[in-house]
Amino acid sequence: VTELLRVLGDGRDLPDKPIPNGLGEKELLEIFRWLVILRTFDERALTLQRQGRVGTYPMFWGEEATQAGPLYACEETDWIFPSYRQCAVGILRGIPPATILGWVRGYGGPAGFYNPREYRVGPIIVPIATHLPHATGAAWAAKILGDRTSSLAWFGEGATSEGDFHEGLNFASVFKTSTVFFCTNNQWAISTPVSRQMGTRTVAEKAAAYGIPGIRVDGFDPLACYVATRDALERGRNGDGPTLIEAVTYRIKAHGTADDPSLYRDEAEVQKWIHLEPVGRLAEFLRRAAVLDDERDQAIRAEAKELIAEGVRGLESIEQPGPEVLFDHVYASGKPWTFDEQLAEIRSVARQESAEPPQPPQRTGEAEVPEERG
Amino acid sequence: MPTLTMVESLNRALHEAMDTSNRVVVMGEDVARTGGVFRVTAGLLKRFGDERVIDTPLSESGIVGTAVGMSLYGMLPVVEIQFDGFIYPALEQILVHVARFGWRTNAEATANLVIRIPFGGGVRAPELHSDSPEGLLAHSPGLKVVCPATPSDARAMLLAAIAHPDPVVFMEPKRIYRAGRQEVAEEMPFDLHTANGATTTMLSTARVARDGEALVMFAYGSTVPLCIEAADRLEAQRGVNPRVVDLRSLYPLDVEAICTHGADCGRALVVHEAPRMAGIGAEVSSLIHERVMLDLEAPVGRVTGFDVPFPQFANEEDYLPSVDRITAGAIKVLEF
Repeated sequence: VTELLRVLGDGRDLPDKPIPNGLGEKELLEIFRWLVILRTFDERALTLQRQGRVGTYPMFWGEEATQAGPLYACEETDWIFPSYRQCAVGILRGIPPATILGWVRGYGGPAGFYNPREYRVGPIIVPIATHLPHATGAAWAAKILGDRTSSLAWFGEGATSEGDFHEGLNFASVFKTSTVFFCTNNQWAISTPVSRQMGTRTVAEKAAAYGIPGIRVDGFDPLACYVATRDALERGRNGDGPTLIEAVTYRIKAHGTADDPSLYRDEAEVQKWIHLEPVGRLAEFLRRAAVLDDERDQAIRAEAKELIAEGVRGLESIEQPGPEVLFDHVYASGKPWTFDEQLAEIRSVARQESAEPPQPPQRTGEAEVPEERG
Repeated sequence: MPTLTMVESLNRALHEAMDTSNRVVVMGEDVARTGGVFRVTAGLLKRFGDERVIDTPLSESGIVGTAVGMSLYGMLPVVEIQFDGFIYPALEQILVHVARFGWRTNAEATANLVIRIPFGGGVRAPELHSDSPEGLLAHSPGLKVVCPATPSDARAMLLAAIAHPDPVVFMEPKRIYRAGRQEVAEEMPFDLHTANGATTTMLSTARVARDGEALVMFAYGSTVPLCIEAADRLEAQRGVNPRVVDLRSLYPLDVEAICTHGADCGRALVVHEAPRMAGIGAEVSSLIHERVMLDLEAPVGRVTGFDVPFPQFANEEDYLPSVDRITAGAIKVLEF
């Protein structure tokens, strides 16, 4: 079992480690800015859900380091593959926050869907682990075409129980694709603890089965997540194949807005982890390193707040699409004849209802409803 | 024009597609070094190299899943599922991702791959080597599902499937892979890169396989030649002259052809190997009844496989629609 890689101290027992090479003041502040954007989005989206303005939302509060850190290690041209837990990470690649909020709300107009090729961000994937082979395939295609492009996929520890975890890693290992498999082990899959997902002590040790490196990092530490990913990408680009990274973290909040963790876990457990949460922890570290002061901190938070507020305004300016949205973009080649008929069916019923108010059913002798019996 | 079997014709189409675009890759189990268990991909490895002609691990979900990622990156993967009954591990990737990537990306990044599936019985094979899973796939929105019945169509339709911007499930009737030869055109039917309109037509239209007027038999794949044989027998023995229509496209169905021929003949029979329940035949029958019922002289009949697992091969003739069974089914519709 590999040692847990960590850079940030916690201001208590854990000491700070030296800042990794290549991270100057500018880079550190940028990583902090990314964490703050993600945190701001997450808190705002939860509020919007509580207000009934968006649908079921999967919170990632506390897991920002596992998203911003690895992404910061990627080149702009690298492909990333989020699951629903990383639904907002594409904002850091330029996807408008309104688009992601539109996904959570259930409609965003045509802008509610983004073109993955425009941002090199795979679609937000709901089923578990099935996007791991996609990440392998993207990096494999790059290799065939002679591009130095890598890929990175996020998934939880629960995803390691699925067959596609194996298939994604196995293909990547066989064909030596430059792929980072980034597991956010937050220890809970809804109510199922990690001990019910695997008989191994760690996720990282599963890498041995594929003959690839398995790294464990502190998942509340954005700099550790960054360094591990940066090293993995370098190996991948040098032709040494994929890496499995296990970011050990904890799901501070519920699985999603419809979940109630008090049914299955002791809230005291949350308190053991919450002081490690990455936004406050990086802020304190950067203050200790004299990189962050009140003024910069406030400016970064104000900017993030405005970015997300702009997203909410954008969201609310989008009208719900009509029923044509069901049919409009299933096929790139155009609509099959069935779609025109089926859309017309929706429209014809709506038209009749608005034309005349519904009448009570007419009873005829034969079809008379039998009287209720006592 | 060269005279080819369906296997040779498919093989030629793959050579042509790979020649035309370096984005075309062929991947699957045993497709490279052995040229595929049916030799459809023979010779590709030598010509195009092991980066584009890929022997994969034994993992259907992995094959289709990585092909989705490749497609996202801009490749045109043509994947082979070695046998029909091996499709089941890949169904999640196919139904959840291949079929839905267009829907999920505003149709800007469809999972633009071709999934080739040699399918059907009649080859005395072990369990799960004779299934007809096309109904599962045609029922799944976002896919196109096609099935050629002649060497000439096989080449043109495979090239169209590769050029088409949406994912295409390409059902190959393995029982007639080598059943006969046909002249196959040599010129490319369309530009692989800019062929949307032409490929859409190619992949959505039925064709008349035998002229006639007493009854129309709708079939696809290996049941097309059986229907022609049954029609010849009916003409010789009873003096009635049935028409045979090769559906070719299972999703979308060619509703215009189905209704025109149905109304024109007034009697119709649908034939396929797949189980009857919720099969393609049910949909064809419904379309005719819903749209041209007043032109019918009889209810639409069905001759299909049965609602049981495909039997062990010793009994496969009991399961498969035979010329005898098709003839009997046609007589029932004719004598209604």
